[in-house]
Amino acid sequence: MEKRELTCIGCPMGCMLTAIIENGEVTFVEGNTCPKGDIYARKEVVNPTRIVTSTMCVVGGEKERVSVKTASDIPKDKIFDVMRDIDAASVSAPVSIGDVVLADVAGTGVDVVATRNIHCR
Amino acid sequence: MKNYDIVIVGGGPAGLAAAVSAKKAGCDSILILERDTELGGILNQCIHNGFGLHTFKEELTGPEYAYRFIQQVLDLGIEYKLGTMVMDVAPDKTVTAMNREDGMFTIPAKAVILAMGCRERPRGALNIPGFRPAGIFSAGTAQRLVNIEGYMPGKEVVILGSGDIGLIMARRMTLEGAKVKCVAELMPYSGGLKRNIVQCLDDFGIPLKLSHTVIDIEGKEHLTAVTIAEVGPDRKPVPGTEERYTCDTLLLSCGLIPENELSRAAGVEMNPVTSGPIVNESLETNIPGVFACGNVLHVHDLVDYVSEEATRAGENAVKYVNGAEAEAGAAGGNATTGAAQAEAGGNAEAGRAHVIALAATDGARYTVPSTINVDRMSDLLTVRFRVGDVYKNSFVSVYFDDERVMHNQKRIMSPGEMEQIVLRKAQLAERPLLKTITVKIENE
Ligand SMILES: Cc1cc2nc3c(=O)[nH]c(=O)nc-3n(C[C@H](O)[C@H](O)[C@H](O)COP(=O)(O)OP(=O)(O)OC[C@H]3O[C@@H](n4cnc5c(N)ncnc54)[C@H](O)[C@@H]3O)c2cc1C
Ligand code: SF4
Repeated sequence: MEKRELTCIGCPMGCMLTAIIENGEVTFVEGNTCPKGDIYARKEVVNPTRIVTSTMCVVGGEKERVSVKTASDIPKDKIFDVMRDIDAASVSAPVSIGDVVLADVAGTGVDVVATRNIHCR
Repeated sequence: MKNYDIVIVGGGPAGLAAAVSAKKAGCDSILILERDTELGGILNQCIHNGFGLHTFKEELTGPEYAYRFIQQVLDLGIEYKLGTMVMDVAPDKTVTAMNREDGMFTIPAKAVILAMGCRERPRGALNIPGFRPAGIFSAGTAQRLVNIEGYMPGKEVVILGSGDIGLIMARRMTLEGAKVKCVAELMPYSGGLKRNIVQCLDDFGIPLKLSHTVIDIEGKEHLTAVTIAEVGPDRKPVPGTEERYTCDTLLLSCGLIPENELSRAAGVEMNPVTSGPIVNESLETNIPGVFACGNVLHVHDLVDYVSEEATRAGENAVKYVNGAEAEAGAAGGNATTGAAQAEAGGNAEAGRAHVIALAATDGARYTVPSTINVDRMSDLLTVRFRVGDVYKNSFVSVYFDDERVMHNQKRIMSPGEMEQIVLRKAQLAERPLLKTITVKIENE
């Protein structure tokens, strides 16, 4: 039996979780305040994922950069591949919140979307 | 210049939420004054996610969270002026501001909501005499440069201070290709949220050196290296523990301080612990009709709490304006400004009102609010506070005078995270002799 101490990142409460691992599987989680913590611990041990946020170059906008995020979690070990693709890309103004600015980033199947509005210059 | 019932100073999340709630509470004469060129406040540069889980039940980035409120302000047709700096708030609630279009102007407001936010503690945190080479930034300045201007301040980075902005910037600079060598923290614990330590440092193997500080900086024109050392319990460097890091950038993340120059000049009484105004259950300062919310009141780590607090401030400001009008009407009509208003809003009955003081002792550093008028409180009142040290498996205790009425165990409490208790009006109303409510941290 293996024990892993984790900090839940499901919300800023940051509950301290203890996951019990038996035969490579999470069998028990404690310390969570809500069900999200249980799900997080099970996933973080087996398949950690993250949302990536950054900015992307805008052409013809009233601002130089638009803030963006991955529309959902991507595998943690793909963070730098995702960043490289975001840095290489650019988007034309106008941009609205939620617009897909880069589809299927780094082969993850996840889109990158804008998180603010940019009007044309 | 038009007259307005409620003038809100600052168009960040606090000012926006206060405006929306005041409008929904029935006030049609609201003006937001914002010195920046857009609404949203500091959230515009906080592009990371993690905002709004409590309010919107989903994780938003800073700009998205701000936009939810901006959209409501636009939809509700609330008036605002950008690029407008508020210069003065007078004790009679006359607001003086200036911008390019209108020049200098004054507005005699019936109620004022202070929502100016906070700023970073100055560089004084870096306690080293002498010349400062280029390459030293506050973490917030670096955040603006990277996220708004798209400019990277450097390639090899050391961060002093483990406040949230420093942690967030450690990840941000790493993602943009910089090497963050370490985060040094003077205190034996981090001032940042646990989740930020996990996601911003642990994820990237960035060491967090607690009880460490920068003792030397090198470089003639531009920074070339810093030396950090461990500090003892007296916060003095321990000889022999020095480590030198070559770097071109040093970020200082040494905490935030409420922006209260305007409040002080207006004669608002301040709490020396929070550096924010002392307020009652209605978030009203010692000047009747002047309310405060958000980071100008006390530094928050969760913007959700800022919005919630500001919502209450907006509602209370409307109550105050309505009360003042009713009072003026009853008095025979024409006295709508100055003294008549100062008397109104519930303060007139202060003589017979049941007012309870709130105290924070034994590890609890402060409470917001500081006093409660039982007649004016809502059925449930959230009292927020911070602890002064890290406490594990300790109890938050609440005493009504000498009687302990609440005793809740918490796995962990730390100075970086705000705590709260909820008081019930019914509970207070049944104790007419109650004078002081004390919040304490107890071991058992
Ligand atoms: C650099 C920095 C980074 C931060 N990062 C985070 C983060 O990542 N996550 C998080 O949860 N919190 C963060 N915070 C805390 C953040 O401030 C709050 O979450 C939230 O933005 C507070 O809202 P507010 O409306 O009280 O203040 P603010 O967002 O600061 O808004 C105050 C507004 O008032 C305006 N103003 C001030 N004085 C005047 C004046 N005299 N006249 C007119 N307008 C004026 C300012 O321009 C500003 O727009 C950060 C704070 C700072 C300073
Ligand atoms: S367990 Fe629930 S409340 Fe605790 S940090 Fe995770 S998501 Fe938040």
